[in-house]
Amino acid sequence: MSLDAAMPRTTAPAILPGSGGLRGTLSDLFWRRPQLLLLLMLLPPVLWLGIVYIGSLFALLLQSFFSIDEFSGLINREFTLKTYGDLFQAANLDIILRTVTMAALVTVASAIIAFPIAYYAARYARGRWKALFYLGVMLPLWSSYLVKIYAWKLILAKEGILTWLLAKLHLLWLLDGWLSLPIVGGNSLSVSFTGTFIVFVYVWLPFMILPVQAALERVPGNLVEASSDLGASPGQTFRNVLFPLALPGIVAGSIFTFSLTLGDYIIPQIIGTSRLFIGQAVYSQQGTAGNIPLAAAFTVVPIVIMGFYLWGAKRMGAFDAL
Amino acid sequence: MTSAVSFQKVSRHFGSVRAVDAVDLDIEPGEFFAMLGPSGSGKTTCLRLIAGFEQPTAGSISIFGERAEGVPPYRRNVNTVFQDYALFPHLNVLDNVAYGLMVKGVGKPERQKAAEEALSLVRLPGYGARRPGQLSGGQRQRVALARALVNQPKVLLLDEPLGALDLKLRENMQDELKSLQKALGITFVFVTHDQGEALSMADRVAVFNDGKIMQIGTPEDIYQRPRTRFVADFVGSSNVLPPDFVQRYSGQHRWGSLRPESIRVGRGAKGDGVAARLVSTNYLGATTRLALDADGLRLHAIVPAGTAVPEEGEAVVLTFNREHLHLMDEPA
Repeated sequence: MSLDAAMPRTTAPAILPGSGGLRGTLSDLFWRRPQLLLLLMLLPPVLWLGIVYIGSLFALLLQSFFSIDEFSGLINREFTLKTYGDLFQAANLDIILRTVTMAALVTVASAIIAFPIAYYAARYARGRWKALFYLGVMLPLWSSYLVKIYAWKLILAKEGILTWLLAKLHLLWLLDGWLSLPIVGGNSLSVSFTGTFIVFVYVWLPFMILPVQAALERVPGNLVEASSDLGASPGQTFRNVLFPLALPGIVAGSIFTFSLTLGDYIIPQIIGTSRLFIGQAVYSQQGTAGNIPLAAAFTVVPIVIMGFYLWGAKRMGAFDAL
Repeated sequence: MTSAVSFQKVSRHFGSVRAVDAVDLDIEPGEFFAMLGPSGSGKTTCLRLIAGFEQPTAGSISIFGERAEGVPPYRRNVNTVFQDYALFPHLNVLDNVAYGLMVKGVGKPERQKAAEEALSLVRLPGYGARRPGQLSGGQRQRVALARALVNQPKVLLLDEPLGALDLKLRENMQDELKSLQKALGITFVFVTHDQGEALSMADRVAVFNDGKIMQIGTPEDIYQRPRTRFVADFVGSSNVLPPDFVQRYSGQHRWGSLRPESIRVGRGAKGDGVAARLVSTNYLGATTRLALDADGLRLHAIVPAGTAVPEEGEAVVLTFNREHLHLMDEPA
């Protein structure tokens, strides 16, 4: 067969005519002026983010510089730092300290649990197993947050499945021993800080696994081989190669787990003690107590903490490998 | 004398794939040894078996007389220059080079001094503060080399180290690697699919195909006296001649090979030459490569530049010196 028969020579012109009409004109216009297209695409989200999102945050921030009249309960719209001073009262400082400690512990625990799972998914899982991994990690995110928390309340309750299981395994003494400890203990897991911690870790874990997995996915396998080839034991390879290269992912994940724990007010309300977390304090101050300035000041706390956290992470070189 | 690397009936199977199949191999200390073969021929798996990244399915491997099966890579005094260099992106050049000494617990001033010296050795002094991402391909190649050499390995493994470099750089690096190996006296084991590279650099070459070694010998052996059709064809694209053809010129019914540069292309009377037709000519600068058709047998000839070349399609007569016709072991 000749080439001509397979690919007949056409008589098409070198430059095709425009397709005409509004679409054709617009296409040509956008091709010639790509900035115009960019502007049109960005304008709605920038307006949304700028006015509705940042704007409302700014309005809230403004509220924190007002104060409340303790007798009338009315908001005094004059600039003052008195509300911020209130944050440093022992009771409020307790709330902040408790929340930050919980957020830090949840973040560290999530990172430790997430790393091996993410490592397996990034280095070994292929095809069907990888799909199963994503499904396993994401599935809990698809069901209602409240349903999951109430499910955990049942699991952790005194008459719950965990107590039953430990009793069957004759390990109840372990649970009782833990619950008799101060601070972390309580009547049952569902009314202790330990229970709050377990549920926090469960709920936020996917937000740690996915970025760590993405970071490890970008680490070429031969770097691990090169490290081993140069005489590094598996532990040294983890410390000197894998961990530094996964660090941006761990930091990204910890931004989620840390800030989500800082702001959450539902989990500690359903599972845990009666002592408040920042989210609950905000909720009760702006709701029942009607002290919007103090609620606003409380809201600023996580923002400031996250600011310092990111600054510290950057100084530690967490983003160097990006 | 003990071999630097010794394989006894070593096999490595991946499922039903025999990547390396009962290979016997002895590499002498201080030798520049090349493993040559097409992709998937098992040469890289052999290198990984020496490095310890793979374990043999059967057979035994020893490195300087010591059994190496079950020994992890980090306990072998063998270093590798990886195909795509595998430099650590989060460390600067100096820390990359000093990595092997760092994990062995050598103090900071001492290992940095050694790393500086290694960088000078590969002609990159003063590059220590840069990141691997800021270097060109050729420079990364040198850093990878320095990072391996600083550990003073007993055997240095190079996995297609010049594959990613452009032609000019590759030729320079070939010369440099060779003189470096001579100066240091370290055993180099070099994997390549480029026969020119293997022939020009190595003291001995092993030609791989389908997980087996087809032939081991000096570059001259391999090039002039290929034992099988595969070697003749793969190394320098020799003309492989069928037994019937060979019988007419040597009297023996065996497969033969004939180098393209041994064929003279002429016009005129047939005489005792081979009648052929010129199919196409490829101008290569220093030489011209001719594709010929001798009664259905495809042949190639290489003539020096400046030789008068017949027109394409013209009838020609091929002559060659009988002693250039090499008889192979391959059964007819």
